[in-house]
Amino acid sequence: MAETVADTRRLISKPQNLNDAYGPPSNFLEIDVSNPQTVGVGRGRFTTYEIRVKTNLPIFKLKESTVRRRYSDFEWLRSELERESKVVVPPLPGKALLRQLPFRGDDGIFDDSFIEERKQGLEQFINKVAGHPLAQNERCLHMFLQDEVIDKSYTPSKIRHA
Amino acid sequence: MSFFGFGQSAELELVLSDAESRRRAEHKTEEGKKEKYFLFYDGETVSGRVTLTLKHPNKRLEHQGIKVEFIGQIELYYDRGNHHEFVSLVKDLARPGEFTQSQTFDFEFTHVEKPYESYTGQNVKLRYFLRATVSRRLNDVVKEMDIVVHTLSTYPELNSSIKMEVGIEDCLHIEFEYNKSKYHLKDVIVGKIYFLLVRIKIKHMEIDIIKRETTGTGPNVYHENDTIAKYEIMDGAPVRGESIPIRLFLAGYELTPTMRDINKKFSVRYYLNLVLIDEEERRYFKQQEVVLWRKGDIVRKSMSHQAAIASQRFEGTSSYAEARTPSQPAENNSRQ
Repeated sequence: MAETVADTRRLISKPQNLNDAYGPPSNFLEIDVSNPQTVGVGRGRFTTYEIRVKTNLPIFKLKESTVRRRYSDFEWLRSELERESKVVVPPLPGKALLRQLPFRGDDGIFDDSFIEERKQGLEQFINKVAGHPLAQNERCLHMFLQDEVIDKSYTPSKIRHA
Repeated sequence: MSFFGFGQSAELELVLSDAESRRRAEHKTEEGKKEKYFLFYDGETVSGRVTLTLKHPNKRLEHQGIKVEFIGQIELYYDRGNHHEFVSLVKDLARPGEFTQSQTFDFEFTHVEKPYESYTGQNVKLRYFLRATVSRRLNDVVKEMDIVVHTLSTYPELNSSIKMEVGIEDCLHIEFEYNKSKYHLKDVIVGKIYFLLVRIKIKHMEIDIIKRETTGTGPNVYHENDTIAKYEIMDGAPVRGESIPIRLFLAGYELTPTMRDINKKFSVRYYLNLVLIDEEERRYFKQQEVVLWRKGDIVRKSMSHQAAIASQRFEGTSSYAEARTPSQPAENNSRQ
């Protein structure tokens, strides 16, 4: 007598709603870091980058936003996240202290290729961080991405989806 | 074995009486090699003969007795000195005396209880073996023969499916379903993953089979996890309302039955681990225990009488004919 063959037919599942199947996915989040600009004169110069967010995630108040941030703002965000959340925060592109020394042959930290490299590193960093479900709950991330000005004396808090 | 080359020495040989007809099963040794051993079930009689061969035909062999033992024991690797014997039977074959020529002794251990399955793991070993011993003043002559024991079960009466909704609030909600909670070693895991909410960027999804071997008790409990299988079930980004099927054939993997608190010394349990990986290599997972059991093979007409007795001791079976009944249809009557 033949052994019973296991029933391997698929389990019943609900047919998918066509809007869900062909509509825009609910996980849209794109952050571009672009348009570096050096402001100030002499030794007080620094470079800012344009951070543009496009998303349909409900946890972000604005579906589109643009702000300008400098490297030290990214450092602030990183240290806030490390302290306030359980996220293992990825590293930032290098601080390039050597480039800040005088008497270099190139433009130091205002060198075009250096700025380009740093810009790409910052874009990788912010996309990695902003996509983390736990980081998305932190007020500091939303302030960094979508508030015009970062209030460094803010009270750290968790965001709850409305 | 002889002292300074003088005196008589002897060799022992152990042979089973049904060595020709008894099946052998593969079992991994501690070193990881696969070897074949005679296969026994609970309740079967273990019988055979011990042959004592004298190396020097003209010398006498003085001895303090000859015996044969059937032993089932648990060895914890970190505590090798202490073997925990849960089955220990002995038959004396000869009283102290002397031999002038080689001899053969028949033995039979009738309807031996073998309550647990043979197991060789990372930190613990459970084995059954015959041991013949010629006791002597200075050093004994010993011969051991390992056998393998399988514990069989029949289809469980209650085998509900596993269905659960899990997720991260506002980020990812899924409902997973596995068709059974108890699977036999050659079974197929049929299931599905239904996506209720997807706000993260998933790259792919896999299902892993994890074996957890637990040894020790109280504060000294030690878990050893081993990923037996990784099976990708989805490649790409799902959206809400999507259903991903699972069909995982267990026969392709090295699995043992679930062993719970064996002689209060160790456990071997199995878990299905559903893992989702997103674009940034972040892993989201949900672990769920499944019970594995060993199904008896088809009972052939030529099956020995002994094995027929053994099969009557299976849970839920009253006669060996019942073991041939096809399984009941699954309780989950949502099939079309």
